Amino acid sequence: MSQSVPEPSSLRADRITMAYQDRIIGEDLSVDIADGRFTVIIGPNGCGKSTLLRSLSRLLRTRSGTVYLDGKDIHRSRAQDVAGRLGLLPQTAIAPPGITVFDLARRGRYPHQSILSRWSAQDEAAVHRALAQTEMTELADRPVDELSGGQRQRAWVAMVLAQESSILLLDEPTTFLDVAHQISLLDLFAQLNSDEGRTTVAVLHDINHAARYADDIIVMSHGRIVAHGPPVDVLTPELLAEVFGVEAVVIDDPVNGGPHIITRHRTRIPASVAPTREEAP
Amino acid sequence: MHDPVGATAHATGSRLVLALAGLTAGLVIAIALSLMVGTETVAPSRILAGLSGECDREATALLLHYRLPRTAIAIVVGIALGTAGALMQAYTRNPLADPGILGVNAGAVLGVTIAIATGVSLSVTTLAVPALIGAAFATVAVLLLASTGRGPATPIRMTLAGVALGAVLSGIATAMRLYDPSTFERHRSWAAGSVAGRQLDELTGIALLVLTGAVLALLLLRPLNAVALGDDVAASLGVNTRRTRTLTIIAVTLLVGAATAIAGPISFLGLMVPHICRLLAGNDHTRIVPLSMLVAPLVLVLADTIARVIIPLRETPVGIVTAFVGAPVLIWLVSGRRTNTQ
Repeated sequence: MSQSVPEPSSLRADRITMAYQDRIIGEDLSVDIADGRFTVIIGPNGCGKSTLLRSLSRLLRTRSGTVYLDGKDIHRSRAQDVAGRLGLLPQTAIAPPGITVFDLARRGRYPHQSILSRWSAQDEAAVHRALAQTEMTELADRPVDELSGGQRQRAWVAMVLAQESSILLLDEPTTFLDVAHQISLLDLFAQLNSDEGRTTVAVLHDINHAARYADDIIVMSHGRIVAHGPPVDVLTPELLAEVFGVEAVVIDDPVNGGPHIITRHRTRIPASVAPTREEAP
Repeated sequence: MHDPVGATAHATGSRLVLALAGLTAGLVIAIALSLMVGTETVAPSRILAGLSGECDREATALLLHYRLPRTAIAIVVGIALGTAGALMQAYTRNPLADPGILGVNAGAVLGVTIAIATGVSLSVTTLAVPALIGAAFATVAVLLLASTGRGPATPIRMTLAGVALGAVLSGIATAMRLYDPSTFERHRSWAAGSVAGRQLDELTGIALLVLTGAVLALLLLRPLNAVALGDDVAASLGVNTRRTRTLTIIAVTLLVGAATAIAGPISFLGLMVPHICRLLAGNDHTRIVPLSMLVAPLVLVLADTIARVIIPLRETPVGIVTAFVGAPVLIWLVSGRRTNTQ
């Protein structure tokens, strides 16, 4: 694989089976999340991207197999210890009515507090830093529900950053945002990743965003990982045809370097979302 | 450039201190009023004399056997219902929830009604047992109802189950009272919600239950603040959401069971008070719950004082006063734009 470091990575899944009640989403999945890198998970709707992220973050208990964080079974570690190490931004997060950006961000400090400890200078500093990084300092006293979609998402990112975890898991952080907000948010994640070495895993829908921002791409299809590696190795016309059912041309991105995908036309709808299975010639 | 975050945080903090000071002063005044006002007005000097044991026998008797227990009960019941209401609103993520919405009130009332009808127990201390059993029964039944079918017991499913079960349990209790009116004659004011006619020694056990529930509530504040962000976020922050929920339900059961045993069902207090506190302090449970512990007894003591004089020479059960005051206040709160923002 892409990893040159011999020691196992901090976050890895070992032959996990993921399921909701009776529905099995993915079986026998193994994956190593490279430390300090920006990993992006892509794949068609319903392929199990978010489920993998939920399993990696301890939200979903795996049917079999084990997720390891720092070599320990993530379900056998103390919840608060895991939370101090690993932060998650879920897909649809709704803030309680009336709470301010500052109040939302400060709730990210939960794993660092005990039942009787008071709000510390360290907590305060972490929240201020998170607000500064997300450029939300000016809006700190505004109610979250009065903000625009892009600002609201930044407020949630500030909450996760205040958590000061060294691993960030982001479930479709750019969905529902306009292109300017998408880019500025992805720039922020890329910067946090390169400046502070935070291991970042994001589920994204836009393949070109994945190509541009990811160090590694994980491609999922039908609950399996079909490719894992740097964009240039992974994003081939063959893979795009197989996984997404689109005929595409991959060119060199003239602005940012790396691969850039231009879709020509759809060959078929991926089976996981198609009402009936049909194979185009 | 000045620091806007620090400045406003400081402003909110000092506003809160001001509100706390004002409310504490208000509570002291309300307690003084409730000791003075009634069918016979007692002057402040006589109250002080009576409390310090000096021999104004008439005033001493009135105070120690009638007004003091009544005020003390109003304070304890107020703390219980205010805290329970704030917990329920946090638990269901619904700013208009109250203990009644999960059927806990109705369960406690039915428990007491059955105990009275069967003649099992008639003193307040022993009535706490059927009240708690009834409250716990309603809680467990709602949890079971809400978890049938697929998926976990979400707040919305619990609310639906609670409202439905509450209606059934209240119906049964009402039918039992109508079927056997003579037995329930002396409990008529209890059924409407009242803090009158009890003695101080009846309060001890109740106060201990309320204290337990209140301490539990204070320990749950930070997890509840995280749960308010959604179960996924709470879990990713390291909160054990299931344990938080279970402990919240236990606290509510203790508080409502105890309050109902001694005072009957007092409506609107648990709904109205946390709502007022949210307007004062913002949508933050670490502030709403403690503030509710101060505001609810203040409101109940005042309402009980009003209940004594609103119809001359007649006692109105305080539950009726809280309903009459609570309903318009609630409508005003909901209709105004004050609902969402702090």
